[in-house]
Amino acid sequence: MFHHINKITTSAVIKKMNKEDIISLLPYQEPFLFVDGIDTISESGITGYYNFKKDELFYRGHFKNNPVTPGVILTECMAQIGLVCLGIYLLKDEIRESQNPQIALTSHQMDFYLPVLPNEKVTIVSKKEVFRFNKLRCHVKMFNNKNELVCKGVISGMFKA
Amino acid sequence: MTKDDLISRLKTIVAPYVQDEEAFKSLTEDTDFVKDLKINSANLVDIILDIEDEFDIRLENEDMEQMLDVKSAMTIVTAKLKE
Repeated sequence: MFHHINKITTSAVIKKMNKEDIISLLPYQEPFLFVDGIDTISESGITGYYNFKKDELFYRGHFKNNPVTPGVILTECMAQIGLVCLGIYLLKDEIRESQNPQIALTSHQMDFYLPVLPNEKVTIVSKKEVFRFNKLRCHVKMFNNKNELVCKGVISGMFKA
Repeated sequence: MTKDDLISRLKTIVAPYVQDEEAFKSLTEDTDFVKDLKINSANLVDIILDIEDEFDIRLENEDMEQMLDVKSAMTIVTAKLKE
């Protein structure tokens, strides 16, 4: 999670914010990047996906001889796609100016319905509820390959360009 | 609306976001949201949005910047209600 303030470093001036630009601006990397791609993005929401590889670090310990994706990791994946990617998109004009935007997760509430196993691809659908005074709050849902609801909740964060 | 009514409505709005319960119990006009009540910046935004709903007003960035304590919140809300 990003309980500590993270800094996004923009290496180049962005002329137009596309899906690849957003992912390259994320302040995460392997083994803690949980975004493979973005399907759609707009001012009102985002849809993106991640494929949980069978050799993700946490499967060794969660659980012993029974790999299941931890709920905190599902939450992280939802936050990275549903909150951070969307927030970068919403702040695109300011990010172009500033070379040093910051993000902090401020709260989340999540309900879980189904387990996610190694090699499962999940799709995250996030709808913006409010983005004012640099606070973004989203309603986020995660679906598995069969389009079944895995978890849903509300995630908030503060953004500073 | 009397001053006491206004304080009491603000108190109800602020209550869910307070970290320092003791400071909240002895809340006065001089109580500072961040220094005294230890409210974080994300919850300050929630308070602003809740004040907008409660009083049916619209607050801007400059209002947010000034709304540091109970007294300034009262001043801003009162001014907005007169607009």
